[in-house]
Amino acid sequence: MKIKLTINGRPIERDVDPEMRLLDFIRNELGITSVKDGCGIGVCGVCTVLIDGKPRQSCITKMKSVDGKDIITVEGLGTPNKLHLLQELFIKHDAVQCGFCTPAMILVGYALVRDNPNVTREQIKKGISRVLCRCTGYIPIVNAIEEYAKLMRGEKTS
Amino acid sequence: MSEYESLVETRKEELVTKKELEVVGKPVPRIDAIDKVTGTARYGADYYFPNMAYGKVLRTQYPHAKILKIDTSKAEQYPGVLAVLTAKDVPGSNRFGVVFKDERILAEDKVRYMGDAIAIVAAVDEKTAEEALKLIKVEYEPLPVVTDPLEAMKEDAPKIHEHGNVFVRHKIRKGDVEKGFKEADVIIEREYKTQFIDHGYLEPDAVVAVPSGDKITVYGSFQHPHNARRIVALALGKPMSKVRIVQANLGGAFGGKDDTTNVLGARAAILAVKLGMPVKMVYSREEVMIERYKRHPYIMRYKVGATKEGKLTAMEIFYVANGGAYASTTPLVMFRSTVQCTGPYDVPNVKMDGYGVYTNTPFTGAMRGFGAPQINFAVESLMDELAEKLGIDPLELRLINAYTQGSTTPTGQVLDGHVVSIRQVLKKAAEISDWVKKREEYNKQSGDIRRGIGLACSFRGVSLGAEGPDFAGAIVTVMEDGSIAVASGIAENGQGARTVLSQVAAEVFGVPIEYVIFADNDTVITPDSGPTVASRGTIMGGGAVKIAAEKVKRRMQEFAAKMWDIPTDQVVFSKGKVFDANDPKNSIDFRELANLCYRNKVSLSDSGWFVAPEIHWDPETGEGNPYFSYTYNADVAEVEVNIKTGAVKVLHVYAVHDCGRVVNPNTAKGQVYGGVAMGMGYALTEEYLVDENGYPITTNLDKYRLIRANEMPEVTVEFVENPDPNGPFGAKSLGEPATEVVAPAVINAIAHAAKIRVRDLPAKREKILALLKKKEE
Repeated sequence: MKIKLTINGRPIERDVDPEMRLLDFIRNELGITSVKDGCGIGVCGVCTVLIDGKPRQSCITKMKSVDGKDIITVEGLGTPNKLHLLQELFIKHDAVQCGFCTPAMILVGYALVRDNPNVTREQIKKGISRVLCRCTGYIPIVNAIEEYAKLMRGEKTS
Repeated sequence: MSEYESLVETRKEELVTKKELEVVGKPVPRIDAIDKVTGTARYGADYYFPNMAYGKVLRTQYPHAKILKIDTSKAEQYPGVLAVLTAKDVPGSNRFGVVFKDERILAEDKVRYMGDAIAIVAAVDEKTAEEALKLIKVEYEPLPVVTDPLEAMKEDAPKIHEHGNVFVRHKIRKGDVEKGFKEADVIIEREYKTQFIDHGYLEPDAVVAVPSGDKITVYGSFQHPHNARRIVALALGKPMSKVRIVQANLGGAFGGKDDTTNVLGARAAILAVKLGMPVKMVYSREEVMIERYKRHPYIMRYKVGATKEGKLTAMEIFYVANGGAYASTTPLVMFRSTVQCTGPYDVPNVKMDGYGVYTNTPFTGAMRGFGAPQINFAVESLMDELAEKLGIDPLELRLINAYTQGSTTPTGQVLDGHVVSIRQVLKKAAEISDWVKKREEYNKQSGDIRRGIGLACSFRGVSLGAEGPDFAGAIVTVMEDGSIAVASGIAENGQGARTVLSQVAAEVFGVPIEYVIFADNDTVITPDSGPTVASRGTIMGGGAVKIAAEKVKRRMQEFAAKMWDIPTDQVVFSKGKVFDANDPKNSIDFRELANLCYRNKVSLSDSGWFVAPEIHWDPETGEGNPYFSYTYNADVAEVEVNIKTGAVKVLHVYAVHDCGRVVNPNTAKGQVYGGVAMGMGYALTEEYLVDENGYPITTNLDKYRLIRANEMPEVTVEFVENPDPNGPFGAKSLGEPATEVVAPAVINAIAHAAKIRVRDLPAKREKILALLKKKEE
């Protein structure tokens, strides 16, 4: 089927298999590899992207359901030359170990704070529970997102 | 002065006279974090090459069977299929193994567990390769299956390998246990069991093999690229000069991306050589769960005797490790279990017998902890059960029996040459967790929600010990602009090796870490440094980097000394400058000196080779000095148990580790946080299940439950830093200690809260509920 969508602000028009996974389209057709394949059944969350702003697992999303959608991957938030504040905070708080879940965690954290700048520590923990991490014990990730929320609220942090 | 005292003195001298550390010990941000937060870090599956084929694996339909016939003709004719290969097509050796050569690249005449591979297919795309697998016809003669290791030990059990099912026997005989039990006022006997644990790394194994002429390069998620080179070269029947392994970023490993990832690399390489084109192979999560090795389930029977004052008099231990279908590292894993079988306690009389057994289940091997988590769960549960029987506080009982400086371990090793800090660590854990008060307070609860606090501790041998040759290499090069390249075979698995080894180099040259670039493993360039396992990356890799950097620094120092006409030792490297300690006028920017040296043809590159101190252990007698140093660890866990539903919530974990000098407090804490999460999974949620017929049940992350963020407690981390005389800047080990005492602390806390004792992991809700019901009756 013919499909139109935007990825990280870039308009894309392609003829694709409607049953193709969005994950495979992003990785294999577009060469955007920050989106990872961890389980293939939508439980680990490392394939998370933002679809019209909402975190969604791209491994259980078919191409036929994303026509006309706006999709954001971590590349759409910031680049090595111009890091997004949340990316900077992930570095500062050592919220990164192997890095395999990191792009997904950053997208989920970004959406959480955008939707609710008053998000509490417990709400952050709950919110990022949709993505698994085997390395960090989550604590530094929660710390990074918590500081991000504070800064977005205009509060001072150390 | 004892050996220990003189070592500490030398150490102190070195630490005191040396300028204050500038990079080591500082919370330097990870040097690869920017790659990872931007998605620019490339992992195994992120490598794409032109004209690339895709490989897939056909696995057995039976957990134990003879292979009578394999017919690949239909698959070969399927459009888009490029090659279908079986064991007979492996050009070199099909057989390999870490200790025994009992593993196969592809099954020959027999399959032994559901992960055994029978054929590999390469096709133009993944889908075609998958379709082709269905067209391969295999005729089997199913054989009787044995999945229970105790059954497998019996004479008449189905034989999994020709040489019998019991393939490791370890023993310890210290003192006289009969005499010891006679001296005891209290004796208890308990059986503890642990489960199969999957590494649960989030990145499924992925490789791409790329041929070039008669050579091949394999990119992939290898934890130990030099092991991968050995296996790929063997399988291809080529010398190592024709095989290059390039390590991709690793999406976690935890001991798991060695043996089987190397086999995956070999399979891709065989297809790539056959076709003369790149072949990519990426496992699905199901393939990872079914084929890959696991952490060993153990059955452990402990008999312990103590006087009424709490002094241990004897311990008798029988344990069985389920090795699964192949030996892998089981003998080495058991070596650690054996050496550490009594926990960190002075036990005058010890008798231990351990057996490693084949079954038709996934084979078991290296996983974070390496034989310690099982033993620690048993010993630390036992100590609490004994404390209860004696009416002594669990902390007290541990302090009565914990090792002191100069204690003798069950293998006859006198603990000296490093600070034996188990008491220090225990007391610190009790202090920061407010142990005494909470222990008492939680004894007086009523209602459905009950709190409990539990303790566990360990000693852990550093690095490989007597497992095998223990060395590491590094190459350090200073560039014309003062940048520094560090290459070591110690690999970044996510733990922070790139950062920590770079810190060591930066410290030697007295420059900021920004000057350093870390070269990842490329087996043509980086020296084989042994595997990045056994929490040895910092102590061994750091040791090698320090030696190499100091050699280069010495030459730069000599050059500057000549320039200023002063003694060499008077030249100091600090804060990006090089200067004369006695005359500040003689000063030069490090970068400028590097450039001067470069233009004056001073050698700015050198290698370092760090060899661990001599150790020895005799597996026949169980005697020797198996490790050159030890770490000391204690965790306190606080939990809440709902005694109506059996639900457990971990509220807080207090973790205290003597890992020697902490090179990077950030990454060190990260190790502990992650270790706590993994230890909690071991205690409460994780269990890889195989049914009694040998078929796997928990083949994806929906059924195999890793801890999620909302289950994670707050964690307080404290380091007790006793610098080790052997480590770079006094560093020891942390990765595995961080996870190995979490589970018993949690289980002991549950026992304290709900007055029930879970003796087989994991403590799932239903199990707790059943024990609560039983207690009521």
